[in-house]
Amino acid sequence: MKATRFSELEGNSSGFWGLLLLLGAVLAAGLGAAGYMEHFGHYVTGMDNQIVWGMPHVFAVFLIVAASGALNVASIGSVFGRTPYKPLGRLSSLVAIALLVGGLTVLVLDLGRPDRLIVAMTKYNFKSIFAWNIYLYIGFLGVVALYIWMQMERRMNRFVPAAGLVAFVWRLALTTGTGSIFGFLVAREAYDSAVMAPLFIAMSFSFGLAIYILVLMAACRGAARELGDALIARLGRLLGIFAAAVLYFTIVQHLTNLYAAEHAGVERFLLVEGGIYTGLFWGGQVVLGGLLPMALVFRKTDKPGARVALASMLVILGGMAQVYVIIIGGQAYPLTLFPGMEVQSTFFDGVVAPYTPSLPEIVLGLGGMALAGLVILLGMKILRFLPDSLADAAIDPHHRAAE
Amino acid sequence: MTTASNDSAPEGFDPVRRRFLSTAAAAAGVALAPGVMLYGITRPTPASARPLDEAVSPTVRWGMLIDVNRCQEGCDKCVTACAEENGLTGHGRPRTDAQWIRKIEITDPASGASKSLPVMCQHCADPPCVDVCPTGASFKRADGIVLVDKHTCIGCRYCMLACPYKARSFVHETLSDQKSHAPRGKGTVESCTMCVHRIDAGRTPACVEVCNAEAGGAMMFGDLNDPDSEISKRIATYATTQIRADLGLDPGVRYQNL
Repeated sequence: MKATRFSELEGNSSGFWGLLLLLGAVLAAGLGAAGYMEHFGHYVTGMDNQIVWGMPHVFAVFLIVAASGALNVASIGSVFGRTPYKPLGRLSSLVAIALLVGGLTVLVLDLGRPDRLIVAMTKYNFKSIFAWNIYLYIGFLGVVALYIWMQMERRMNRFVPAAGLVAFVWRLALTTGTGSIFGFLVAREAYDSAVMAPLFIAMSFSFGLAIYILVLMAACRGAARELGDALIARLGRLLGIFAAAVLYFTIVQHLTNLYAAEHAGVERFLLVEGGIYTGLFWGGQVVLGGLLPMALVFRKTDKPGARVALASMLVILGGMAQVYVIIIGGQAYPLTLFPGMEVQSTFFDGVVAPYTPSLPEIVLGLGGMALAGLVILLGMKILRFLPDSLADAAIDPHHRAAE
Repeated sequence: MTTASNDSAPEGFDPVRRRFLSTAAAAAGVALAPGVMLYGITRPTPASARPLDEAVSPTVRWGMLIDVNRCQEGCDKCVTACAEENGLTGHGRPRTDAQWIRKIEITDPASGASKSLPVMCQHCADPPCVDVCPTGASFKRADGIVLVDKHTCIGCRYCMLACPYKARSFVHETLSDQKSHAPRGKGTVESCTMCVHRIDAGRTPACVEVCNAEAGGAMMFGDLNDPDSEISKRIATYATTQIRADLGLDPGVRYQNL
C-alpha cells in the first residue's frame, strides 16, 4: 500500500464558489438574526421566562455534541490503529473544529449580553459546569489543532498516536461536560441524571459520524476524488452501531425515570401526552433517526452510497429532534414546587409552557451550521485535508484479500 | 443625733439607705440607658442601617416567614408593592415580563382544600443558581441575600434552568424609567433582592411592609441567626416548612401552616 497523498481542493469550479456564496449568505443572515434579537431583546423570539433556552440552543448543543463525535474517525485510525481510517483523520479533525466553532458561535450570539464575551473568558466560577465547559471547548480547539499539525507535518508524525489519545480523552471529557450541563440540574425532572453524560457521548458518536460521512461524500464528489464503496459501507455500519447505542442509552434514561413514581408525570408527558415532543421522540428520534438508518446500513449491497448518505441525513434529523425534545421538552414540563398539589399562578406555574421557534432563532442556528460548513470548505481549500484517493485498494491493504 | 433624726423624719426612715438607693438607681439608669437606647435603634425595625463602606455582616442571615393562613386568596398587594418598589413595569406580555414575586394558589386534589401563598427567590443557603453561574454573577451576600451582579451577568440563563423555584426572570426588552436603587439591564437575569436597598437602610422589604400595613400580616422579616429575633422565635415555636425541602438547599424563606 502506498502512502496516502493529500492535496488542497482546486477550488475554482462554479460549484465551489456557489457553495461558498451560499454558506456566506446563510452565515450573514444568521448574524443579522442575532443582531435583530439583541437589538429588540429576546421577546421577539419564541423564548420566555418558562422556556429560557430555545432553538439556538438546540442547534448549538447539536453542533457541539457532533463536533466531538466527528473526531472519532481520526481516533479510530490513530488511537485504535485501524488502517483504513488513517487517511480520514485529517478531515475528521477539521470537521470537529468546524462544528465546535459553529456551535459556540450560536451559543454566544444567543446570550443576553454577547458583548460581554470577555467577561465569560476572564471571570470564572469554578463550581459551574458551564465554566468547566468553556475550558473544555477552548482546550479541545487547541488539542485538535495540535493533532492536525502532527498529522500533517511529517517530522511530527511519530507523535500522532499520543496526540490522538489526548484528543480522544479530551473529547470524552468534553461531551461528558456537555451532557452534565443537563445532568447536574437537580430541580428539573427531565434532566438530573448521571446517564445524561454517556447518552450525550453516544449521541456525539452518532451525530458526528453522520455529518462526517456527508462531508466526506460531498467533498469527494465535488473534488472528483475516488471514494471506495467498501469504505462507505464500513462507515455506514459503524453509524448503525452508534445509532443503536443512542437508542440503548435513551432506553436507560427513560427506564430510570419511569421507575421513580415521582417522575411518572414528566415521562407520561414526554412519551405519551406531550404532543409535538412525543411525536418528535417516537417519530423523529426513534424511527427516523434510529431504526430506519439502522435498517438502511445493515443491509448488504454493492452500492451502499445512497443508503449510507440517506441514513446519515436521517441520523442528523433524528438527532435534531432528540436534542429538541431534551432541551425544549424538558423545560416545557412545569417545575414541581408542591408535589401532589394542583397549582395555579400568574407566572404559569403548573402548566406546560408553549413554545414556537421564531424565524430569527432558526436562521441564527442555520448560520452556525453555515459557519461550520465555511470552515470545512475553506480549510480544505487552504490546507491538505482531503486524500487524493480513497479508493478501497488505496487505503486498505486487506481489501483485495477480503474479496 | 438619733434623737434629731427621729424628730424630722417618720419612724423607720434611714437617709443613708435612701441615698444609697437613689444613687444606685441613677447609676443603673446611666449604665442601662445606652443599652436600651441602642436596643431602641437596632430593634424597632428588623434591619439596622449599614454605612455603605462597611462590609455586610456574616453573622446575620436575613429571612422571611410567611404564615399561609393569614395570606388571603386574591390578594396580591405584595406583588404590586414589589413591582412598584423595584420599577418592574410590564410590557403587557406576561410570558416575558419580569415577576420577582408571584401568588400561587395550591389545591389538594383529594380534599379540594386550597391555599394561597407568595413565592419569590427563596434566598437559599446553598443556591443552585450560584453554583451553576459561569461568571460568578449570581452570588450570595454574607448576610444570605442571593443577588445577581448586573455587570458580570452575560445572560446565559443557566441559573433560570437551575432554580427549583422558577424565581428568576430574564429582561427580554429595553427598559425605561428605572429606579435608581434597583438597576436592571436588558439581556441579564434578575430576581427578588429581598429589597436589599431597604435592608441596608434599616427598613423591611416592600412586600412585608405592605402585607403588614394593608393586608393580612402574613409576612415576617428578620434575622434567622439571632435566636432572640421574632422570626427565630416563631420558627422555634411553630412547625414551619420549606418549599422543596428535599433538595436540601436551606432556603431563607420559610412557610407556616402550609
